[in-house]
Amino acid sequence: MPAVSKGDGMRGLAVFISDIRNCKSKEAEIKRINKELANIRSKFKGDKALDGYSKKKYVCKLLFIFLLGHDIDFGHMEAVNLLSSNKYTEKQIGYLFISVLVNSNSDLIRLINNGIKNDLASRNPTHMNLSLHCIANVGSREMAEAFAADIPRILVAGDTMDSVKQSAALCLLRLNRTSPDLVPMGEWTARVVHLLNDQHLGVVTSATSLITTLAQKSPDDFKTSVSLAIARLSRIVTSASIDLQDYTYYFVAAPWLSVKLLRLLQCYPPPEDGALRGRLTECLETILNKAQEPPKSKKVQHSNAKNAVLFEAIALIIHHDSEPTLLVRACNQLGQFLQHRETNLRYLALESMCTLASSEFSHEAVKTHIETVINALKTERDVSVRQRAVDLLYAMCDRSNAKQIVAEMLSYLETADYSIREEIVLKVAVLAEKYAVDYTWYVDTILNLIRVAGDQVSEEVWYRVIQIVINRDDVQGYAAKTVFEALQAPACHENLVKVGGYILGEFGNLIAGDSRSSPLVQFKLLHSKFHLCSVPTRALLLSAYIKFINLFPEVKATIQEVLRSDSQLRNADVELQQRAVEYLRLSTIASTDILATVLEEMPPFPERESSILAKLKRRKGPGNQPGAEEARQERERERERERSLNGSAEHREGGAAASAKSSPSVDVLSVAALPTNRPRPVSSVSLMQTPFLASCAAPSSLSAGPMTSLYPSADLLGPTGSPPSTGGSLLVDVFSDSLQAGPAPLDLAPPNTAVSEDNFSRFICKNNGVLFENQLLQIGLKSEYRQNLGRIYVFFGNKTSNQFLDFSSTVNCPDLLKTKLNVHTKPADPTIDAGAQLQQILNIECLEDFTPAPVLDIQFRYGGTLQNFGVKLPVMLNKFFQPTEMEAQDFFQRWKQLGAPQQEVQKIFKAKHPMDTEVTKAKIMGFGTALLDGVDPNPTNFVGAGVIHTKNTQVGCLLRLEPNTQAQMYRLTLRTSRDTVSQRLSDLLSEQF
Amino acid sequence: MRFMLLFSRQGKLRLQKWYTATAERDKKKMVRELMQVVLARKPKMCSFLEWRDLKIVYKRYASLYFCCAVEEQDNELITLEVIHRFVELLDKYFGSVCELDIIFNFEKAYFILDEFLMGGEIQDTSKKSVLKAIEQADLLQEVRKLPHNMLCF
Repeated sequence: MPAVSKGDGMRGLAVFISDIRNCKSKEAEIKRINKELANIRSKFKGDKALDGYSKKKYVCKLLFIFLLGHDIDFGHMEAVNLLSSNKYTEKQIGYLFISVLVNSNSDLIRLINNGIKNDLASRNPTHMNLSLHCIANVGSREMAEAFAADIPRILVAGDTMDSVKQSAALCLLRLNRTSPDLVPMGEWTARVVHLLNDQHLGVVTSATSLITTLAQKSPDDFKTSVSLAIARLSRIVTSASIDLQDYTYYFVAAPWLSVKLLRLLQCYPPPEDGALRGRLTECLETILNKAQEPPKSKKVQHSNAKNAVLFEAIALIIHHDSEPTLLVRACNQLGQFLQHRETNLRYLALESMCTLASSEFSHEAVKTHIETVINALKTERDVSVRQRAVDLLYAMCDRSNAKQIVAEMLSYLETADYSIREEIVLKVAVLAEKYAVDYTWYVDTILNLIRVAGDQVSEEVWYRVIQIVINRDDVQGYAAKTVFEALQAPACHENLVKVGGYILGEFGNLIAGDSRSSPLVQFKLLHSKFHLCSVPTRALLLSAYIKFINLFPEVKATIQEVLRSDSQLRNADVELQQRAVEYLRLSTIASTDILATVLEEMPPFPERESSILAKLKRRKGPGNQPGAEEARQERERERERERSLNGSAEHREGGAAASAKSSPSVDVLSVAALPTNRPRPVSSVSLMQTPFLASCAAPSSLSAGPMTSLYPSADLLGPTGSPPSTGGSLLVDVFSDSLQAGPAPLDLAPPNTAVSEDNFSRFICKNNGVLFENQLLQIGLKSEYRQNLGRIYVFFGNKTSNQFLDFSSTVNCPDLLKTKLNVHTKPADPTIDAGAQLQQILNIECLEDFTPAPVLDIQFRYGGTLQNFGVKLPVMLNKFFQPTEMEAQDFFQRWKQLGAPQQEVQKIFKAKHPMDTEVTKAKIMGFGTALLDGVDPNPTNFVGAGVIHTKNTQVGCLLRLEPNTQAQMYRLTLRTSRDTVSQRLSDLLSEQF
Repeated sequence: MRFMLLFSRQGKLRLQKWYTATAERDKKKMVRELMQVVLARKPKMCSFLEWRDLKIVYKRYASLYFCCAVEEQDNELITLEVIHRFVELLDKYFGSVCELDIIFNFEKAYFILDEFLMGGEIQDTSKKSVLKAIEQADLLQEVRKLPHNMLCF
């Protein structure tokens, strides 16, 4: 128990804290807390009015309990009461409780605001400060509404005490950050800028923070602050260190204020006025000179404060990017720090140099430090410093040193920490591509990457190498030879097998002349890896095999045998089985010409920005951009993004305005670029990825849109549709690509609440699968139904590397539906982490037969943009079917009973999909009815029966489907005891064939 | 500055100050995550690290870690000195401060921090001004209050 307690000891509080500290276990602590809570509750409820001191003590105890991590659900009222106490410490505790614990309980906010209002108007500076602190701490919109108008007045009033001015400035800053629309500065601007001239350095410090924030949003309004800031800075920089008395910190004159002024100046370009510019240059030179002077103190605080100013000055020099001498001096200074014994300084020097590398004036100067940086990569003991070194190497890379840098990064990668490997892989891949003079080096580098860090080589990277090899015929032979050699290793990474399979499948012929890599050898080599690989890779290999059949007729028999084996034809995985069946069939029945057409070499990919670069750009940080020009653009974009995040889109410098408009969507767009970039095996190979029958029936339709409509038939063969996210199964990939073409544009225009129903009809005959997918989000469903009840598990998958914020998903029933269907949802978590999945459960009760479908409304914030859209939930009437088995006699008897004209709905329609008996059977069963064999005298017809369960009633249903293969038509007849049901079921089912 | 945390070597949170609205649950998650990251670092490592989209600046004083989360463009070294100045203020007020002072007088620690930082920005860098504000408050109190030694037992 410490003896020190100043001012107001609260003995009870100290005892309580002491008790808690003495608790031996969590349970004991909870017990003690509960006892205390009960005690406080009874005191608060008791008849006796508590005096201010007790109230303060109990409120303080509650606060302590809350800060220990326990929930507090009372005491707010008592805290608010304390605000109106005229004892300072009671008031203070009241305010503290409110700032820590306030929630947006509106009644309370009004009372709190009342307390604040009184204190603000009190003219008592300590009370005014307390209330301003409270506003700044809570910073809620309600408070902004109540006080935003008063605070600027307090700030600039002549008779306001300095300390109150300081609080008012920062309070205004906070409100401006949270609710900028409520803090119009207009008339106050000039007087606020003038605070930079204030006598009191504390006031200037607070005011500079405020002005910087405001100037970032509307630079034009605060332009006059530039000259005042330079004058102020100049006075500080040239002052003798003792001049500023208490504002001198370890012999450094007003370091905080200096840093802030330098930050403010970074909101503006270099001043145009010559004299002003000269004065600023002088300041910056003085700061650089001081760095060379011997330290005035050995204390680390002295050097930190001094260097803080120095780094900020260098940031300004880089920002202006106009004075070559200053830039080179800055670079030399940072060069010295690169070898400083303080880890902190080495870290910051590496970081700061990264931005210097992108200036044309200093790029060369930065490059001279390459050996030091490489050395840092090898010797630094702190991973965060090494990370900076990697960033800097990346930033200083150009054609002259690319080979060296890539080699160093590759060798570092062998021992690099797992946390930064993926990023290094991306960087190496980008540099290798960007600065490749001869592409053999590029191919070698990427294969090395896979060898060294195969697990971190993302799809983008290996897609990209394939893309490049396909587009550049000068490297294809070399690539084939190199992958062939790499595959000789007994254990090679699966990504290598993928690249190898793809490249040999396309270009294996280029090395087939050599007997050491004859077709059969190539095939055997690939196939030796087959059984160790995952399903997507095996699927890819199967495609490579069929390509081999085209390239090398001599291995056809061998490959067919492999395809024919039970492990392929009867593989438990539908995708593999399907490919094996189809490829085998294709190789058997298609003529050489057809084979050659279908399995032709892939056409070149359209040249686009590298998808790897896009991925790297999405990762934050300054060091992710090689080359001066791009880095500057990137910085600009970052800055725009910040600004738009800060909430103001309208005030900007002229030049930036154009790019600013598109800025919020920049992220999304670069994400959008991703899927289209990768080697999409659409044209020829994709033929092979849809069911054989389908592709034969309508081969021309495959390249573009109708892909989706083909898909349902594939679905019924198995649950392939369910996880199309990452695996890389080609079928699924192609499918998800074509899907993305649909809903994606809607997302880019957030205010439009569009309802997607693309996949709706796919769920008529099945319960599980992917309902919706765009670049950001994937929604999967698993549903189960029993009688009139259903439960849907909705899975929201965040496909991005950023968190989704403010996520909400609610079910909306159109008015017509409200009396017919009950849907209960539990609220979903408000955030979905990057790459994570969130599950929501919907409980459904069908009260009556219905037609419209409920809509899932989804809203979330991604990268500052609000996403809002609806997805039609596949809850249809047929989900509430219970199948009914019956004999022929029974069936016909009931059929006749339901003979009234309004009970029957008949529809004749053209087949949209190949007419396959098994598929049709599966669909009818998926629809929910029992499939009755031997009822219809004509065996090609299908007959089904079932009962629809709703809460109020049950509706018996009979159906009959008569295919006419010659005419490619169907006739569907439905008879139920209720006309609306017959109609709805007919509409739903007829869409499926 | 987005937030400041004080926690002990054992991972006990002693003080937390948030300068942007954050849900309680997120706070707890962030605190847990960050404590883990910082406590795992070795003494000679640098005082800065990237965490989520923030920069973390931290320093250890005796048994206590002082840890600030600042924005990408903020100055790391000056943040380090913000921490130091705060420690100096605590030290001056409590008279060679230790972790126990902050536990038992947590409300005072909050008051001092509030006088020093507001809305995440420095309000006054002068030690005198800050302490004057705090001591003034104590003075207001002592007119009415019991003697100090009430607390000693």
